[in-house]
Amino acid sequence: MNAQKAASTLLDISHIDMVFDTPKGPFTALKGVDLKISKGEFVSLIGHSGCGKSTVLNIVAGLYQATTGGVVLNGKEVREPGPERAVVFQNHSLLPWLTAYQNVELAVKQVFGRSKSKSETKEWIEHNLELVHMEHAMHKRPEEISGGMKQRVGIARALSMQPEILLMDEPFGALDALTRAHMQDSLMEIQQELNNTVIMITHDVDEAVLLSDRIVMMTNGPEATIGEILDINLERPRDRLALAEDLEYTRLRSEVLKFLYEKQRKVENISKHKKKKEASGSKKSFQAA
Amino acid sequence: MQARTELSAQGCLGERTNMTTETALANNNINKPIISESLKTTITKTFKTLLIPFAGILVFLMIWAGAASKIDTSLGKFPGPSAVWEQMGSLYEEHSAERVKEQAFYERQEKRIEARLAKDPDYVPKIRAYTGKETFPDQIFTSLITVLSGFVLAAVIAIPLGIAIGLNKTLNAAVNPVIQIFKPVSPLAWLPLVTMVVSAVYISPDPLVAKSFLNSMITVTLCCLWPMVINTSVGVSSIEKDLVNVSRVLRLPALKHVQKIVLPASIPMIFTGMRLSLGVAWMVLIAAEMLAQNPGLGKFVWDEFQNGSSNSLARIMVAVIVIGFIGFLLDRTMLQLQRFVSWDKAGTAS
Ligand SMILES: Nc1ncnc2c1ncn2[C@@H]1O[C@H](COP(=O)(O)OP(=O)(O)OP(=O)(O)O)[C@@H](O)[C@H]1O
Ligand SMILES: [Mg+2]
Repeated sequence: MNAQKAASTLLDISHIDMVFDTPKGPFTALKGVDLKISKGEFVSLIGHSGCGKSTVLNIVAGLYQATTGGVVLNGKEVREPGPERAVVFQNHSLLPWLTAYQNVELAVKQVFGRSKSKSETKEWIEHNLELVHMEHAMHKRPEEISGGMKQRVGIARALSMQPEILLMDEPFGALDALTRAHMQDSLMEIQQELNNTVIMITHDVDEAVLLSDRIVMMTNGPEATIGEILDINLERPRDRLALAEDLEYTRLRSEVLKFLYEKQRKVENISKHKKKKEASGSKKSFQAA
Repeated sequence: MQARTELSAQGCLGERTNMTTETALANNNINKPIISESLKTTITKTFKTLLIPFAGILVFLMIWAGAASKIDTSLGKFPGPSAVWEQMGSLYEEHSAERVKEQAFYERQEKRIEARLAKDPDYVPKIRAYTGKETFPDQIFTSLITVLSGFVLAAVIAIPLGIAIGLNKTLNAAVNPVIQIFKPVSPLAWLPLVTMVVSAVYISPDPLVAKSFLNSMITVTLCCLWPMVINTSVGVSSIEKDLVNVSRVLRLPALKHVQKIVLPASIPMIFTGMRLSLGVAWMVLIAAEMLAQNPGLGKFVWDEFQNGSSNSLARIMVAVIVIGFIGFLLDRTMLQLQRFVSWDKAGTAS
């Protein structure tokens, strides 16, 4: 399975640098980010706050333009946002004046236009809402449903575009632990069924290990890059209860924790000292660290 | 529920156990206070929503009547509520009388024409419009039409402009200084300029609308323009970034972006601007009509003031009350419209 995946690269992020123009001068957020993702793979991005995870995702989405380097999807360079790279935003970002159904409808009509008939469109919208178990509240407005339900609709909207790759920026970050567990299970189920390619940003180590095929761990910024990549070869479908006592799971989990709280803490300190000696003006990095 | 079915079933058999009776009693006890409680809240609610405002009005009328009798002006005593009420009636009677005259005028004209045609079949009849005195309801109607046309014209200009400014930072930077400078100017300052420009530019042998109407209307438009442009552009530029990103990911074309995202998102702010400007426009219009002698409620007030009969002050007071009422109704209408159109029900609470 893994060998097969490795054979077909879907997304190629190559040598990305990202420099932001700030009032205090240029700020290099990313330096030399390199990553290849295969079809059907679930990749998590993990790293300390402010290291540049969202920046990577936004570049892949086309919402930001990398300063140097580029992103190639299916052999075509990414230059602007598009529905083949659907994004699930952190705070659902549903249009508050539309019902769950209409929110998905906007996406479906825009992406499929006239290639789907009226009844096909309706069916497809309902199918996607059923996928996230939202069929009972299809015609409710965002303000009438809970945070977890909103996030489900957001995912349904993204899935309904039939994206080549699904980009999720801390999709469950704003949810309570129980709802989050439900959502993770739903997401695993859906991914099992549709075999989507997914990049997901998370702060949650358990979430990363439970869901991913690979965990990409980022070093601290500025000039953040990929520190280590961890392959997660746990059997699918995965069950959170069974895994809790699984030795391999525990080992992988502590790998990630080690990276975050041992290796990256050290690097952070070193870079601080370095920066002080260099006395470069970018105070922003100290705040971020 | 269960207790009740049980009760009726057992009642049929004529056998009531102690327990069910007790439950029934308990139910009764629960029900009673609930009913009286809800009755109480309804009473207090009616009391608060109807009685207290009514009492307020009553007290106001009393103070007014008391104070009015003590104020002597060169036109007699300041009118109290009863004098004003009387004038309200007489203004309406004058209106009805005028309508009767108008009817008579047209009937006479028709007869005259018929008579001429009978004598001379080639005669091309000239129909003259009745040029009687404008009555109070006529003036109300004129003012309403003026304010609404000025308002609609302003909305037609301001909303697209506001959207464009809100979407485009460069345009915003370019237009902002102009708006900031013209915003605090009282539209009345524009009035002389508007009057001169209209009389210079609007030359037509058979004008569709009167010049005076145009003057008042443009003044209203100028007054409505700024709050609407500013509120719309602020609404548009403060749309959540994520929603804009949704639109970008979907690659919505510009027009669809405006229609599906920008417009609905900024509806609450657009309406805030519209309500604000309609309120100000109504005030300004009355002043403009007084100043420029343009037909409408303002002219009515001014004419009565110049007239200086013993009834004038009471008639002006009638106008004042009517102006207030109409202003209030305009605001309520806008609020209802907003409730109907906007998704943001929280923003339409008052
Ligand atoms: N538009 C921007 N202009 C200037 N600096 C930016 C911009 N966007 C991000 N940055 C900076 O780039 C760095 C990385 O930001 P990013 O949002 O990608 O971090 P993150 O890893 O997603 O953090 P978090 O986990 O808190 O979401 C931060 O130091 C941030 O201040
Ligand atoms: Mg982020």
